[in-house]
Amino acid sequence: MSQRIYLSRRQVVRGLLATTAFGVTAKLGTGCTPTPETQATTAGSGDNPLVIGFIYVGPKDDYGYNQAHAEGAAGIAQLPGVRVVDEANVPETTAVEESMRNMIEEDGVTVLFPTSFGYYDPHILKIAQEYPEVQFFHCGGLYQEGVHPDNVGSYFGYIDEAQYIAGVVAGHTSQTGRLGFVAAKPIPQVLRNINSFTLGARSVDPEMTTQVIFTGDWALPVREAEATNSMADQGIDVVTCHVDSPKVVMETAQKRGIFCSGYHANQAELAPQGYLTGAEWDWTQVYTNYVEMIRAGKTLQNGGIPHLVRGGLQDGFLKLSPYGNAVSADAKQSADAAKAEFMDGDMIVYRGEMKDNTGKVVIPAGKNFQQQDQELEKMNWLVTGVVGNVSS
Amino acid sequence: MINRYNSRNIEAICIPLAALLFSLLLFGIFCAFAGADPFGVYASIYRSAFGSWRAFQNTLLRAAPLMLSSLCTALPARLGLIIIGNEGAIVVGGLGAVAAGLTLSTAPPTIVQVAMAIAAILCGGLWIGAVGALRHYRGVNETISSLLLNYIAIALLNHLVGGPMRDPSSLNKPSSYPIAQINMLGDIPGTRVHYGLIYGLVACVIAYFLIQRTTFGFAARVAGGNIRAARIAGLPVGKLTMMICFLAGSCAGLAGMVEVAAVHGRANESLNANYGYSGILVAFIARHNPLAATLVAILLGGILASGGSLQRSHDLPDATVLVFQGLVFLVVLFSESLYGRFFKEGSGVRGQRSAVTI
Amino acid sequence: MDQALGWWGVPLAIAAGTLRGSAPFLFVSLGECLTEKSGKINLGLEGTLLIGAMSAYAIAYLTGSPWLGVITAGVAGMMLGVIHGWLSQQPRVNDVAVGIAMIIFGSGIAFFLGKPFIQPSAPPLPALQFGAWSNLPQVQSALQISPLFLLGVAIAPLMQWFFRSTRWGLYIRAVGDSPDAAKAMGISIFKVRMLCIVAGSFLAGIGGAYLSLYYPGSWNERISGGQGLMAVALVIFARWRPMQCLYASLLFGGAQAIGPALQSVGIDSYYYLFNASPYILTLLIMILTCSPKRTLNGAPGALGQ
Repeated sequence: MSQRIYLSRRQVVRGLLATTAFGVTAKLGTGCTPTPETQATTAGSGDNPLVIGFIYVGPKDDYGYNQAHAEGAAGIAQLPGVRVVDEANVPETTAVEESMRNMIEEDGVTVLFPTSFGYYDPHILKIAQEYPEVQFFHCGGLYQEGVHPDNVGSYFGYIDEAQYIAGVVAGHTSQTGRLGFVAAKPIPQVLRNINSFTLGARSVDPEMTTQVIFTGDWALPVREAEATNSMADQGIDVVTCHVDSPKVVMETAQKRGIFCSGYHANQAELAPQGYLTGAEWDWTQVYTNYVEMIRAGKTLQNGGIPHLVRGGLQDGFLKLSPYGNAVSADAKQSADAAKAEFMDGDMIVYRGEMKDNTGKVVIPAGKNFQQQDQELEKMNWLVTGVVGNVSS
Repeated sequence: MINRYNSRNIEAICIPLAALLFSLLLFGIFCAFAGADPFGVYASIYRSAFGSWRAFQNTLLRAAPLMLSSLCTALPARLGLIIIGNEGAIVVGGLGAVAAGLTLSTAPPTIVQVAMAIAAILCGGLWIGAVGALRHYRGVNETISSLLLNYIAIALLNHLVGGPMRDPSSLNKPSSYPIAQINMLGDIPGTRVHYGLIYGLVACVIAYFLIQRTTFGFAARVAGGNIRAARIAGLPVGKLTMMICFLAGSCAGLAGMVEVAAVHGRANESLNANYGYSGILVAFIARHNPLAATLVAILLGGILASGGSLQRSHDLPDATVLVFQGLVFLVVLFSESLYGRFFKEGSGVRGQRSAVTI
Repeated sequence: MDQALGWWGVPLAIAAGTLRGSAPFLFVSLGECLTEKSGKINLGLEGTLLIGAMSAYAIAYLTGSPWLGVITAGVAGMMLGVIHGWLSQQPRVNDVAVGIAMIIFGSGIAFFLGKPFIQPSAPPLPALQFGAWSNLPQVQSALQISPLFLLGVAIAPLMQWFFRSTRWGLYIRAVGDSPDAAKAMGISIFKVRMLCIVAGSFLAGIGGAYLSLYYPGSWNERISGGQGLMAVALVIFARWRPMQCLYASLLFGGAQAIGPALQSVGIDSYYYLFNASPYILTLLIMILTCSPKRTLNGAPGALGQ
C-alpha cells in the first residue's frame, strides 16, 4: 500500500468531506426521524448460529450459473443452526468489497461464498487480509500457497466430466457428425468443457467435430439464439452451451428441431423432444460438506479445511440430467459405462499424445493428466476435432 | 448557488428536501406492497448509507467515479450538446492508463501515476473530442455518435484484453497484465476511500470555476444559449466545441484511470461497470452544475450503498434498489418544476407543506 | 437435414437474422419517431421495452394466450408513457433526464415483478410459414415470419402517410416544429405530445412482447441487451422518417447475425469487433452522409429545447 500524504490539501479535503457529509446526513436524517436505529447484528447471538454470506454476480433466478449457487445456498439454509444472507447482482468492482464488509460487520457473517470468478483478485484477496478471522471460499479461484492469505480457499467442480458423458450421448445421437457448442468466452473453464464434450463424442466416432461459437459475453440472449440458428443452418444437429443462462439455446434448438444438451441445471422441460441429457451442478452437496467441516471445528486457518477443494461426479459435485426420449439404448449403455469409470476414478480424459486443432502437441505421449491436475485449469487450447479458435 | 433573495434560498433547500421526503414516502408504500416494513426499510437505508462513518465511506467510495463521469455530460451540456458517451470514455481512459502504467513500470511511482493520469486524460479526451469534431465538421449528431462510441469502446476493450493485451495468467477473467502494486493509487489516509474521490471533487471544483468564472466558460455558455448569435459575435464555436468535449472526455477518462489504478490494478471487463450511465443521470439531476453534481453523486452513492441491506435485512429482490433509484430521480426531476411557484403569493412555510402533500 | 450450406450460410443467416431480429428495433424506433415528431425525446423506451417483455411473458403464461400478452405489453408501455408524457412537459424538466430516470424505473419495475416468470415457459407467438416452396430446411426456417413483424412493417408506411397526408399528422408536425404556431392554430400542445408519447410507448411495449414471446422468446433480465437505447438512436440516423426507420431496423437486425454467422463458417478471430460492426457501420454512414452546412433534414424544430 503506497499511502502518499497531501498535507496541505488534506485539510481542505477533510473540511469538504465533513461539510458534504453533514449536509447529506442532515437531509436524509430528517427523512428518517420517526425510525429508531435497529440492531440487526444481535439477532440470535445467544446460541451462535453459523452465519454464511453468499454473493452472486447476476440475478438469483437466471436459470443458470447464479441460480445453481442460489439453490445450493437455499439448501444449506435448511440446516439447523445455519443462517444464510445473500446479495444478488453485485458487480465485480468496489461494490463487492463493500458487500462483503457489510455482511461481516452488520450481519456477523463468518463464512463467505462470493461465487463469481471475477471477485477473487483483487477484491476477496483485499478483504481477506482485513478480516483474517473470516473464511472466504471462492468458486473457481486458484489458491496459491504462500501468496494468498490463508483464510481464503477455493472450490470448483469438474463439470467437464458430465460434459464428456453428454458428448458420448451426442456422439451416438448425431446423424450429421457435427456438434455445436455456444460458448461465452475462450477461458479455461469453458475450453475444458468444449474439449471434454468433443472427446466424449469422438470416443464414439473419431470423425465427430464440434463447431464452437463464442458470443463474447455471459448473457446475450439474441446472439445466443443467432449462434444456435446459424449452427442449425450449417447442418449441426446437437448443440450444447456454456453461457450463464442456457434457456435461450435450448428453446431455439427445440424450435429448429435439433437435439440439445443442457448446462448448469436441468432444462429438459424447455425442449421435451430434443433434450438428450445435461451437465448439472449440485452445490447443495458441496456447501453441506463445508458446513459440516466448519461445525466440526475445522477451519482454513487451522488447516482442517483444504484450501483447494475440487470434485467431480465421484464426489457428488455434479449430476447428469435424466436421459431424454431421443437417447438410444446404445447411447445409454456407453454413457453409463463412461459414468461408471468416472465414479471409480479410473477415467482419464486428457491422455497423451493429444494434439490441439492446429496440429500442435499439447500433451506429450506418455503423459496423462488426472482430473485434479492444476495444468488442466490453465487450458488454453482446443482439441483436434473442435472447429474454432481460442484467440479473440 | 448564490442567491440574492431569501425566498430563493428557502426554495433551494426546501424543494429538494421535500422531493426526497416524498420519494421516500412513495418508496415506503412500494415496500409495504412488497411485504416489507417501510420504517425498517428507512432505518436500513439510513444506516447503510449515512448512519456511521464506516457506512458513509461506502457511499463516498461509490460516489467517487460518478463525479468524474458526470462531468462528461455536464460540461458539453453548457454548450447545448447532449453527450452520453461517458461509458466509452471511461473504458478508453482505463485502457490508456494501463498502457502507460505497463510501459513505464520501472519509473518512480509518482511519475508512473502522473503518466497514467495523462494517458487516461488524453485517451478519454480524444475519444469525446472526436465526437465534438464530428459534430462541428460533419454535423454528426453528438448524442448518437457518443452512444455508438460506447459500444465500440467496449468491443475494443474486450478485444484487447482477450487478445493483444491479455496476460496469459489471467485465466478465467481475461485481463491485461497488472500494473505494479507500488504504482497503485492508495487510499486517503485514515479511510478506505481511494484518491479517486479527491480527483472527483477537485475536477468538479475546477469545472465549476472554468464555466462560471472564466471568459472561456462565459463564451461556452453564450454559444450554448444560441449558436448562431455566438457565431455572429465572432466566437470560435468549433474550437469551443472541441475544447469542451475534450475536457469532458478527459474527466471520464480520468475516472477510468482511477478504476484501473485504485481498484482493479489491470484492465478487464469490470471497467465497464455502468458508471457512465449513472454519471449521465447525475449530471442531469444536478442541472449540469459541477458543484451540485458532487452532492448528487453522493446521494446516488448512498442509494447504491443501501441496496445490499435491502436484500439482506428485508428479503427484497435485487431490483428494489433500481425502483428506489428511479423513484427518487423522477420525483427530484419533477420538483424542478416547482421553483418559483410558491413565492408568488404565499409564504415559504405554506409552499413547503404543499410540496410535501402533493 | 444433412445439407450444410457452407459459405452460402452467411448471407442466409444474415437474411434470416434480419427477418427474426429486427422487429424490436422497428417497433421502438417507430414509437420514438412518433414521439420525437411531436418535439419530445423519450430515451426511456429501453425501460418500456423491458416492461413490455416482462408483462407480455407474464400474461401469456398466466392466461395461456400470447396475443393477450402482446396487448398487455402495449398497455403496460402506455402506463410508463403517461408518466413520461406528464413529467417531461412540466416547466424546466428536461426530457432526456426524465428518459434516463425512466430507464432505471422501468427496468426496476420489470425486474422486480418479473422474478417469478423467469422459470416458467410461456406459450410463444405463432409464426407464418413462407418457406414451403423450398426443400431446404434452412430456407424454410429463415422464412418463418412472425405476424407481429409484418404488422411493424405495415405500420412504417402507414405512419409515413399519416405524417404527410392527414390532419392529425399535420398537427403533430406543427407541435414538433413550431409550438407557437401550433398554439395559434388552437392545438393543445400538451395533449398532442402526451398522445404521441403514449402511443409511441405502446409500440415500444409491443416490441418488448416480440422479444419475450417470439425471438429469442424467453424472459430474463438481460433480454433487451440495450436494443431499446439503440433503437432510439436509430431514429436520428433515420432522419425522423418512418420508412427509413424500417430500413435502419432491418440493417441492425441483420447485423446481429454477422458475428455468429462468420464464426460458424470458420472466421473465428476478431469476433468482438465483428459483433460491434453495426455500431461502426452506423457511425461511418453518419460521417459520410451528414453535413455541417445544413441541419438534419426532417429534424423537428422544437426537439431538445
